[in-house]
Amino acid sequence: MPFDPIIAATRFGTGLSPVLRPPESVQAMITRLARPDSVAANLPISGFDATVPSLATFQAANAAVRDAQGTPQEEAAQQAARALRIEISAVRQHNTLTTFARGVVAADGFRERLTAFWADHFTVKSKAVPQRHLIAPYVEDAIRPHVAGRFGDMLSAVVLHPMMLTYLEQVRSVGPDSKAGRRTGRGLNENLARELLELHLVGAQGGYDQADVTQLAELLTGLSYTSRGGFDYRADWAEPGAEVVMGRRYPAAAELSSVTAALQDLAVRPQTAAHLARKMAVHFVADTPDPALVAGMGEAYLGSGGDLLAMTSAMLAHPAAWSPERLKVRRPDLFITAALRALGTRARAVLDLRQGGYQQHITGALALMGQPLESPVGPDGWSEAAADWITPQGLAARISWALRSPAAFVDPLPDPRQFVQTALGGAAPPEVVFAAGAAEKLSDGIGVVLTSPAFQRI
Amino acid sequence: MDRRKFLSGGAALGCSLAASPFLTPVALASGPWDNRLVVIVLRGAMDGLDAIRPLGDADYAGLRPTLNDGKATPVGDFWALHPGLAPLLPLWRAGEMGALHAVSTPYRDARSHFDGQDILEAGSLRIDQTAGGWLNRMVATVPGMAAETAYAIGQEQMAILTGPAPHLRWSPEAKLEMSPQARRLLEIVLHDDPMFREAALQAVAIADGLSVEAALAAAEEENMGMAAPKAGDHLSLAQFAAGRLRGETRIASFSVNGWDTHDNQKVNLQRTLLRLSDTILALKDGLGPVWGKTAVLCMTEFGRTARENGTRGTDHGTGGAMLFAGGALRGGQVAGRWPGLGEADLYQRRDLMPTSDVRAAAGWVMRGLFGLDASTVEQVVFPGLDLTTDPGLLL
Repeated sequence: MPFDPIIAATRFGTGLSPVLRPPESVQAMITRLARPDSVAANLPISGFDATVPSLATFQAANAAVRDAQGTPQEEAAQQAARALRIEISAVRQHNTLTTFARGVVAADGFRERLTAFWADHFTVKSKAVPQRHLIAPYVEDAIRPHVAGRFGDMLSAVVLHPMMLTYLEQVRSVGPDSKAGRRTGRGLNENLARELLELHLVGAQGGYDQADVTQLAELLTGLSYTSRGGFDYRADWAEPGAEVVMGRRYPAAAELSSVTAALQDLAVRPQTAAHLARKMAVHFVADTPDPALVAGMGEAYLGSGGDLLAMTSAMLAHPAAWSPERLKVRRPDLFITAALRALGTRARAVLDLRQGGYQQHITGALALMGQPLESPVGPDGWSEAAADWITPQGLAARISWALRSPAAFVDPLPDPRQFVQTALGGAAPPEVVFAAGAAEKLSDGIGVVLTSPAFQRI
Repeated sequence: MDRRKFLSGGAALGCSLAASPFLTPVALASGPWDNRLVVIVLRGAMDGLDAIRPLGDADYAGLRPTLNDGKATPVGDFWALHPGLAPLLPLWRAGEMGALHAVSTPYRDARSHFDGQDILEAGSLRIDQTAGGWLNRMVATVPGMAAETAYAIGQEQMAILTGPAPHLRWSPEAKLEMSPQARRLLEIVLHDDPMFREAALQAVAIADGLSVEAALAAAEEENMGMAAPKAGDHLSLAQFAAGRLRGETRIASFSVNGWDTHDNQKVNLQRTLLRLSDTILALKDGLGPVWGKTAVLCMTEFGRTARENGTRGTDHGTGGAMLFAGGALRGGQVAGRWPGLGEADLYQRRDLMPTSDVRAAAGWVMRGLFGLDASTVEQVVFPGLDLTTDPGLLL
């Protein structure tokens, strides 16, 4: 099956648009990915270190509240802490809207999709108020720069990032025989080690056992961070001795380089290649992808020493990727993004959404659609199965959004008879064309097009 | 498709809206059970020691200098109920409301809400999507269950019901309002895709059912001259849950939040307990005769420190209390083994010592309500749990 620009824009991009042309070829998609990331430059999101308010600021404000208890300064300190919480919400709103705006206006929607896919692969969640605005900065730091680069680089950036270190509790893990472990009696926390093997690297079927988890957990000891200085390697937490993970021995030196070297090695194990290839094919192409597609992607990954651009190119080069059968359904965030893109929404209209509109059209809508913002249940991220999204409530929420929300972003709404062609790219089924033209008002016409399976399936 | 034929088909639909499948009630298969289980997740860590006060414990007053305000209502000679639970006193006295004290999940020491709730809802220390929450695993023990049997209610994600077994999720906030014309057009565009069509049919059935219920309730209130029901998200959750449970639903779960009382607990806990009290009363009212077959379990991720902190509140702890209600349970009692509050009795000299696993209590209730055998509870619903002795919550 040949390349198809509509599939390129929908299955692999953020959708069709009245103003942005779909990709012309596989080569054009790859070339764009290899070019500098212009969308991130035009619609910036600060990284973790540059985000204000920082964790340290928030902790200082809370300390000030404690210190001021019972003094005349108490009220002022509490007010300052409240103001920081409000600021955190505002930064989170800005980050979220910027992420949506990128998908809506990006010439290269594929990069946005890859970023979302890998961010989900390396899911982190916020555990407390002062982290709520820091998930997008984590993605900006650790995921986005590497989506067309080496997986090992992404892996290192993720594993050393304060958000991952906190989320999977590596910061609580101390080698029991390390200096600090012997002094304090503290021990291992295996959470990050287990999820690295099961979710991020070799996969649940990767052939590891509990001993490998424990060994990897010992190997990771020492990774920490401070709220002021960021990442911190604490040699006095590192478990002494060499570790053997899945049959390979890693050096004993209590230094960061022994951790990163082991990660680089695990990143290019054949089981890791197979797991990543399958996961990517499942995300983009089908819940049960063609084994030849997966095999080709895994080979390209291994053959290139873990290059994600090579694996991605292998996916696009395979005919199964262009099957006309649309087996995936857009997740809620992509549904909203693609709808806004099809409507020709401008970045400003997204970014300038006020708090009420943001809660109604973005966060509230996402929650009702089953994808509360940045809050999947566990570290395995969002479900891939279409049936998990097209539930009674999930579909009702999509219908309600489609009928009511577009007018908050574009004024006037487009003519539904043209919109059905824009949104579905000339492949519109006759019943959707009919329904778009038969609606008694513009917003209903737009709504039925966006609700149609032809729009929601990719 | 022949366009003219399609158009005429559409027009025919328009003429006979009553025949449209979107307007026909969907038949829903019933589960094999008749009893009802409602699990309310109290997010934020309820202070069990304040909700159900051990006034008879000699060490209690010293630990709680301001929170022990003398306003609790004694139930028996050892325990007293927080004033926020006063609306439930009639239920308590009728044996339809009680508590199990000094319980916890297996979660220890880190005292993070986030992890504590994950473990409470997963029912185990291991959390992942494929294993699902414990209520979901319980539903999965009975093959061929209809989705309608188990309902997660509200905007909050209920990990406790998430998982492979069929269940429905609906928030009272979810609306499906559209003109008849829009509905007809949606039916046309969704008709040929079975997954979309089925989801839409159920959504319409739920939404239509709700608007009929609302209309009937409004008419009834007008006739009887009754006051409008109290407003509030928690009440709409409870009313929605009761509506489902009167029908085919057997299991419902939702959250009541606001328990993280680090500061000014006297005011904050009172407010939240009153909301919980109203929620339980709304369930009872809404369930009518079905209340007699219902068990309501109110579970929280962990308890709070035995000592008051410096801001007239309490911090994250370990052991706490589970509140329960419903005609299917033996209320009017504070069950559980009391560990005492002496310094040496406390967990790490700071928290109420848990003397039983809250999962075991839920396990015993499910055994009684749904006839699950012990091995199913210990191996499937809560893998690795030891049910130990029956806390005696069932009638």
